[in-house]
Amino acid sequence: MGMAATESQQFHVLAVDDSLIDRKLIERLLRTSSYQVTTVDSGTKALEFLGLRENHDGTPNTPSVSPNNHQEVEVNMVITDYCMPGMTGYDLLKKIKESSSLRNIPVVIMSSENVPSRISRCLEEGAEEFFLKPVRLSDLNRLKPHIMKRSKLKDEDQKQQVIPEKIENLLEVQKQHQPQEEAQPQPPLEQQQQNNNNSNKRKSMEQSLSPEPTDRTRPRYSGIATVV
Amino acid sequence: MEVGQMQRQWLDYTRSLFIEGFLDGQFLQLEQLQDDNNPDFVVEVVSLFFQDSHKLLNDLTIALDQKSVDFKKIDAHVHQLKGSSSSIGAQRVKNCCIAFRNFCEEQNTDACLKCLHQVKQECCLVKNKLETLFRLEQQIMAAGGSIPMMELSF
Repeated sequence: MGMAATESQQFHVLAVDDSLIDRKLIERLLRTSSYQVTTVDSGTKALEFLGLRENHDGTPNTPSVSPNNHQEVEVNMVITDYCMPGMTGYDLLKKIKESSSLRNIPVVIMSSENVPSRISRCLEEGAEEFFLKPVRLSDLNRLKPHIMKRSKLKDEDQKQQVIPEKIENLLEVQKQHQPQEEAQPQPPLEQQQQNNNNSNKRKSMEQSLSPEPTDRTRPRYSGIATVV
Repeated sequence: MEVGQMQRQWLDYTRSLFIEGFLDGQFLQLEQLQDDNNPDFVVEVVSLFFQDSHKLLNDLTIALDQKSVDFKKIDAHVHQLKGSSSSIGAQRVKNCCIAFRNFCEEQNTDACLKCLHQVKQECCLVKNKLETLFRLEQQIMAAGGSIPMMELSF
């Protein structure tokens, strides 16, 4: 939050939660952290807002926007509750990641329940972070790197190439020389330090996940120990 | 009563709410989110909670009164109440909900009824406590004072 003074960009976060109280909370948290916020109460409304409408037969429509713009209103991040009636946060995450126009938007999942299998499922589907509720101001500090990374990517590369994939390729080459190394990009040192100050929420998840070896399908979740 | 005294009273009262477990750290988070641009944030969120919980408790009463109890529905209501109480830091209400959900899983109607009774009591208690707290705050502000920043150091 100390960076706020130098930033001219205002990032827009779409927050999805069926609970009115939690919507109010997340809105205040995000605004306090200098984000622009829109809140909706369902996954369906979130997709509508993002410009992805479904046809009545359930197949998604292409967004009604020009090719240069990604959606009707620019959204830099989606933060969604997991447990929602109808479309869960996981379903929403999947739909976003399956959409060619939306898949680069970072998605964060929130849940009141610490279920390791749920957490890993979400991360494997492409969620950037998983927050345990109630979400705190300090949790939101973890959002900045994800939003900044995507924002930088959009400026540098008009095509939908994602740089981490390039890095992964480079590491693949390295891997041939060093078979023990993980095929994961190293997060910047600052981010690693930030992640070392994790709350115990993260730790509880790490403990349950650590015995598994990492593989290429696991996203760049820098909170997980980078040791093998 | 002069402002300093009222502020001390507020501090003592707040401290007692934490020590007795009515509130937990999340309540402090709410206070941190309140500022000059959002001066009523805590009261607004707390009010929402009591509106929400009032309805949920009614729904739970009706649901547990049915001949054939729908435990799935009850669990869904309790899950919601647990979530919202957790979001405002109403610790004792939240803990009641956790126990309640366990009995839902066991499909134990009697135990659920006891839990419902308990959770109603806890909601009532914390409502009274918070109303007292907000009244104290209003008195301080009316006297030209400000609300001290609370830190959890015990």
